[in-house]
Amino acid sequence: MQILHLKETVNFMSYRKIAMVFSAILMIASIVSLATNKLNFGLDFTGGTLIEVGFEQPADLKIIRQVMTDNGFADAKVQFYGSSRDVVIRLGLREDVKAEMLGNEILALLESGSGQKVDMRRIEYVGASVGDELAEQGGLAMLTALICILMYVAFRFEWRFAVGSVVALFHDVLLTLGLFSILKLEFDLTVLAAILAVIGYSLNDTIVVSDRIRENFRKIRNTEAEEVINISLTQTLSRTFITSITTLLVLAALFFRGGELIHGFATALLFGVFVGTYSSIYVASLVALGLGISREDLIPEVIEKEGADQEAMMP
Amino acid sequence: MLNKYPLWKTLMVAFIVALGALYATPNLYGESPAVQVSGLRGVEADAATLDNIRAHLEASNLSFDSIVLENGQVLTRFKNTEDQLKARDVLDDSLGKKFSVALNLTPNTPDWLAAIGGMPMKLGLDLSGGVSFLMEVNMKEAINKAKTSMVSDFRGDLRNEKIRYRSVKESNNGIVVIFRKVADLDAAESLLEKRYRDLLIKTDDDKLTLTAKMTEQKLKEIRDYALAQNITIIRNRVNELGVAEPLVQRQGKKHIVIELPGVQDTAKAKEILNATATIEFRLVDTEGDLANAINGRIPANSILLRDKDGRPSLLKKRVMLTGDHITDAKSGFDEYSRPQVNISLDSAGGSKMSNGTKSNIGKPMATVFIEYKPTGKRDAEGNIIFEKVQEIISIATIQSRLGKSFRITGAGSPAEAHNLALLLRAGALIAPITIVEERTVGPTLGAENVRLGFEAIMLGFALVFIFMIIYYRAFGVVANLALAANLVLIVGIMSLMPGATLTLPGMAGIVLTVGMAVDANVLIFERIREEIREGKTIQQAIHQGYDAAFSTIIDANITTLIAAVILYAIGTGPVKGFAITLSIGIITSMFTSVIGTRAVVNAIWGGKRLDKLPI
Repeated sequence: MQILHLKETVNFMSYRKIAMVFSAILMIASIVSLATNKLNFGLDFTGGTLIEVGFEQPADLKIIRQVMTDNGFADAKVQFYGSSRDVVIRLGLREDVKAEMLGNEILALLESGSGQKVDMRRIEYVGASVGDELAEQGGLAMLTALICILMYVAFRFEWRFAVGSVVALFHDVLLTLGLFSILKLEFDLTVLAAILAVIGYSLNDTIVVSDRIRENFRKIRNTEAEEVINISLTQTLSRTFITSITTLLVLAALFFRGGELIHGFATALLFGVFVGTYSSIYVASLVALGLGISREDLIPEVIEKEGADQEAMMP
Repeated sequence: MLNKYPLWKTLMVAFIVALGALYATPNLYGESPAVQVSGLRGVEADAATLDNIRAHLEASNLSFDSIVLENGQVLTRFKNTEDQLKARDVLDDSLGKKFSVALNLTPNTPDWLAAIGGMPMKLGLDLSGGVSFLMEVNMKEAINKAKTSMVSDFRGDLRNEKIRYRSVKESNNGIVVIFRKVADLDAAESLLEKRYRDLLIKTDDDKLTLTAKMTEQKLKEIRDYALAQNITIIRNRVNELGVAEPLVQRQGKKHIVIELPGVQDTAKAKEILNATATIEFRLVDTEGDLANAINGRIPANSILLRDKDGRPSLLKKRVMLTGDHITDAKSGFDEYSRPQVNISLDSAGGSKMSNGTKSNIGKPMATVFIEYKPTGKRDAEGNIIFEKVQEIISIATIQSRLGKSFRITGAGSPAEAHNLALLLRAGALIAPITIVEERTVGPTLGAENVRLGFEAIMLGFALVFIFMIIYYRAFGVVANLALAANLVLIVGIMSLMPGATLTLPGMAGIVLTVGMAVDANVLIFERIREEIREGKTIQQAIHQGYDAAFSTIIDANITTLIAAVILYAIGTGPVKGFAITLSIGIITSMFTSVIGTRAVVNAIWGGKRLDKLPI
């Protein structure tokens, strides 16, 4: 079976203006949203206390809010979590009481206030310093990842491809962050992990395309760079689609069946993979083309086949 | 001939997959509820303890599957949790304070598998339920304490050598000594330089000052010591909590991670972790009548205390020395290879000890461990009420006049000496700790997470399975075989790797690998189709397909691996779990989807004259 049976080369690059405008609009929208809405940072980064409780009967949020307000927790955010029997209560950092004791205290309050047996599902407390350190580390990790990848791609390919793939990564990360900002989804540690996985995935895609472009530059002579890119994109298109489909299939499984705790994780990856597929077709190769990639840049590589010395390892 | 593997290569693939499968099997056997009894404070459970436990269980008509003595712990397995809980209560009541009784789930791995190192994957706290704490050691305090003791050491040294000084003060990151005369300054410089090699000593002749700064090395030593000390104390306290398989581990420069699987009562756990302890040295009252004292007639200048076995002793009320003077305590062996504990004091402690012991040579001295344990009750202002628990941990005869460093011999077994050293150090906690992060997962949520994660893996797997068969037919089946082998290898490696724990994001990592692992096969298969379309023979197409896709696959996977490794380096707990499964998955998937599928493809289609390929 085949989904795409392309007899002719698709002229991807002729749509590049539209793609550029499209990407530019999305990126600007993301930046604007990140500047105005900011990210809805989760407990991991802000610090504070979170209590998730399970009730036997559907819970009444109004009563719970009243109980919290009556006991001096007016700042408590009370929300359903996944179902109407699951409730999450979030509290900001406070200095007056021993914050690490708060979780147990609130549990007792809820039990007496609601008159129901309350099942403690989860208590999380994060101190202020930890959150700050984590935010710093997270940002640093993302930067390190980008730099390491840039170096690897520059070493394996050519700097134009490296710049192209990193621009594509930046594009994907920015758009995913933008989505979280626009939809005001909670940004926690698992989402950060998902974004790093998106970086890995998106790069995977970009490299497959770049690899083919390099190969075709060697094979097909006397053709415009634009045409070579079009041919390469057409040749890899069905692979790009199939891999995206299988990845999206498993992510859908995670999104619908993985539970509330990794919902944010699955959302980030679903969107990231989607954007990553698009960016590997348009953003990365467009940037390489824009920087003036040509056959001459890749000629030294033609002499020695990549991995020729590793013949024995090959299957 | 094209597309034929040598036999050894096919066998190697089969062997690796079989090995993965073997080490993945312990995960299929499940776990049974158990009660784990371990000794506290140097006591070890032995065969007598085992018989004792067996007798208690039989007396209460509780049936159990097995009872074994392992690593100084007695492990009793039960058929169901009901019996387990009953047994816990029975043993808790009957064994007394010397043992801790903990609930546990032990894997039912068959003996032959356990013998070759097979065991099931460890579950993270988000799957097993329990509480994890991140505690921060107050390093500023540790360094301040070190400076304070340096000040008194300096004063003592200068006074002993009769060098006159105007003042000794703490400064930014060291000590400043001011003198009256240059001669004193010079004498002090040569003295202190000789004695404290880990300090940077500078002098200023005009201002008549000497500044001693701690070297980076010394500062690091202080920090490491503060961390190590807190870890030993916490371990000791955690053991008292009665938790099976607790984890107390250093993380980074100033943090300690504590994981207590299965603990629900976090309030109690926190209070115990926050408890404080001190040490006191007192002379034993040898003149008072012990029998009278036990009956309530305690001499006015004495107190009655007991050791861990409940044996009473009469001690002098006057405290000879308190534990905050202890700078270090180490266990070791004396010249007759008997266990001993070496104790170092600061100089103030040294002179107190010297004064206290000079007229008491030959008399017994007791070491008392004082712990302020939270009672769980609160006073009117909401503060936790602490109960002062005093216990004699050693009584030794003073052999000579003691000074800054001395030793206690006759502490019993090496384990007991080690424990005594630990308790002595606990008495002088140099840096306070605070809880900076806490995560508690209830048992219901943990079980739910396991179910959800498992379902997501199965569903994702099934979807990809079906898709691949529809799209690539027979080759799809080959890719699916590789996928299954990949899953088996991930589980096998996770089970075998020490320190690797499965978490919910880790399960998500497995799901993601399933989706991405087929990518390598998609690349190869698409390439084979392309080569066939271009008119190559079937064998050439297979060969070319694998060949051309290889470097692409390597590049694509290495970049993802870079991201995963970075994630591992910065992540904690659950996120680390994700990075682990993702990294393992990337490596195993390269093996199964490139070398593994090639073995199958070669065996079925390789080296034959074919007109069509079921791809």
